Amino acid sequence: MNIASFAPLAVLLPILGAALTFLLIRHSRAQRTVSIALLSVTLLLECWLLASVWNGGTAAVNIGGWLPPWGIVMVVDQFSSLMLVVSSSVSLAVLIYATGQGMADGDRDAPVSIFHPTYLILVAGVSNAFLSGDLFNLYVGFEILLTASYVLMTLGGTGPRIRAGVTYVVVSVVSSVLFLIAIAMIYGATGTINMADLAIKLADLDQGTQNLLHVMLLVAFGIKAAIFPLSFWLPDSYPTAPAPVTAVFAGLLTKVGVYAIVRTETLLFPGDTFNTPLMVAALLTLIVGILGALAQSDIKRLLSFTLVSHIGYMVFGLAMSSVAGLGAAVFYVAHHITIQTSLFLVTGLIERRGGSSSMDRVAGLAKLSPMLAVLFFVPAMNLAGIPPFSGFLGKVGLLQAGVQLGTPLAYALVIGGVLTSLLTLLAIARVWNRAFWRKPEDAEHPDPVLLAAPEDAATGDRAGKTNVTLLPRTMVGSTLGLVIFGVGLTIFAGPLFKVADQSAVDMLDRTAYIQAVLGEDAPVPAIARPEPRVVSK
Amino acid sequence: MSVNLTLLTAMGALYACGIYLILERSLTRVLLGLMLLANATNLLLLATGGYAGLAPMYSKDTAAGEYNDPLPQALILTSIVISFAVTAFMLGIIYRAWVLAREDEIQDDAEDRRVAKTPSFDLEDDSVIPVETSEFPLTMIGSDGQSVSDVPDGAEATVNVAGRTLDAEAAASEEQPGSLKVTPPKEGGGQ
Repeated sequence: MNIASFAPLAVLLPILGAALTFLLIRHSRAQRTVSIALLSVTLLLECWLLASVWNGGTAAVNIGGWLPPWGIVMVVDQFSSLMLVVSSSVSLAVLIYATGQGMADGDRDAPVSIFHPTYLILVAGVSNAFLSGDLFNLYVGFEILLTASYVLMTLGGTGPRIRAGVTYVVVSVVSSVLFLIAIAMIYGATGTINMADLAIKLADLDQGTQNLLHVMLLVAFGIKAAIFPLSFWLPDSYPTAPAPVTAVFAGLLTKVGVYAIVRTETLLFPGDTFNTPLMVAALLTLIVGILGALAQSDIKRLLSFTLVSHIGYMVFGLAMSSVAGLGAAVFYVAHHITIQTSLFLVTGLIERRGGSSSMDRVAGLAKLSPMLAVLFFVPAMNLAGIPPFSGFLGKVGLLQAGVQLGTPLAYALVIGGVLTSLLTLLAIARVWNRAFWRKPEDAEHPDPVLLAAPEDAATGDRAGKTNVTLLPRTMVGSTLGLVIFGVGLTIFAGPLFKVADQSAVDMLDRTAYIQAVLGEDAPVPAIARPEPRVVSK
Repeated sequence: MSVNLTLLTAMGALYACGIYLILERSLTRVLLGLMLLANATNLLLLATGGYAGLAPMYSKDTAAGEYNDPLPQALILTSIVISFAVTAFMLGIIYRAWVLAREDEIQDDAEDRRVAKTPSFDLEDDSVIPVETSEFPLTMIGSDGQSVSDVPDGAEATVNVAGRTLDAEAAASEEQPGSLKVTPPKEGGGQ
């Protein structure tokens, strides 16, 4: 039995859920049940897919019976199934958080009935992009998730969201057009858009054409992944969206771009033609991103800048095109999806409890809600790369790979990486000192919520003032679940790193992927890649 | 085989106009620019399907290589549907922006402007903390580390302020705004 035959379900189930929840638009309880149930089933299915490729192996399925390279194929390998499991776990946690928020607020502020179908379509698009073995299907996956994200970004249609939404939509559409142009040019040059077939045929083109196509894909994906010169749209547009939406965007959308870059660099254009520019871009992303974070006084904006900055680590890993580097990058992607999302969820809670996400206004939260302080502290230290958390392990993996490579640029990136890690710690420590440790009276413009000491601080209720629960159990619970999932990545880092390294070996070798799609007798062109320089001891 | 020059010229013109339009600040023009870019890309896709003079679609008696490649046409259909959805959504957003702000222009991010204007001096992190040299400080006069308690026993505690020698306590109270001990100079203040 080919396990990949079940892969399309990872896309179909969320779309089915979207259709059902759209029909149930007037029954919010049924809507919640359907969307959470279907997403849980999808997650279980993806866990099963990951379990069956855990020890290696690549499987492909031809959609609609059309043989490759003409039809659409979906490919399940270690990297794609790992991404599926992490992304679906994160989406499920955010979905539960969002329903908790909707229930607590009585669905007044946001049209939550639209939220469920749109959110499930977003999940379907992400899954489609991860599974796709065909460039145009990848484009369609991107468009599905982007169109859903446009709606989520402007949910409620308030002034700031519309303003931020315009930037986001225009930038995304431009990057999509660039991607489509690249697809058209690739089809014109090779006559195929199947990625496995392209891996064979692109090598026959002359170097100039190859470089042109390569750069176009990198620019299109670079905008989506927010790599430095193309990253300015992100901190501008993410923070204004509702908290759960920002959380899921921060976790997933940029990582889909990173995933596409990994596939481009390993499968379509192997070799090290663009490794140097990518490394320079990674270094600039790291430094410029984190310097931006230091200037911010709003926690959401600060986290958006750290998001941009840490994309640099992943680009660094994949630009080394060595097993150690790529493996560490795969691990880092999984880690970063989880941690960044949980930090944004906690910021949503901070905003509810403290009345604002601006560091000038919130203070003294450690005393008001110790639970919130713990929920913030663990992923924050994880993001900054404090041992023993997974952020530390991922960064150590990257730095080791950099030192192994041994070029001056790699050393510059190693130094830049350490510096970024320290500056992240500085930025995070500032949030901690201001929002959690200082007294509310010391804040520049303390929020009235903080100064009015509530009688029952334990439950977080502002008794007698409003009937809104400040920290609903569902929201805290789902955040806690995601934080624990992040700690789990640390505990199971050993096996996870093994899988990441193995997937890196498979991706750099390409044989498994090409033969899974095109059959056992497909010719796999050799890659002219110099062996990584061994550093003498 | 011949290249369809008309198609390529039209594509180039569409790209040029589209890029020009998306650089505008007016949202409607940006939307028009995006539409032109999408259509130019559709023409580019069409151009990859084959050259002029081929049969538009396959029938039983057409030899292989004598008809157009159908795949780009399928891609164009998909791309048209996607750009239709995006255009409809953009129109919705533009209308909403007009309703809210009565403005058809891209607006600046207020928070971004605010952060850019914020001085690099941070009151909490960068303030000069008065150096305390004594174990039992009395009144701190300035932040320069000089305090009244430095003065030896019996000596008059004085401070040099703007060329005058003042009693330390008087100087301390003079520092506070609205102090009565400060008599305004006769020639000052336009009186």
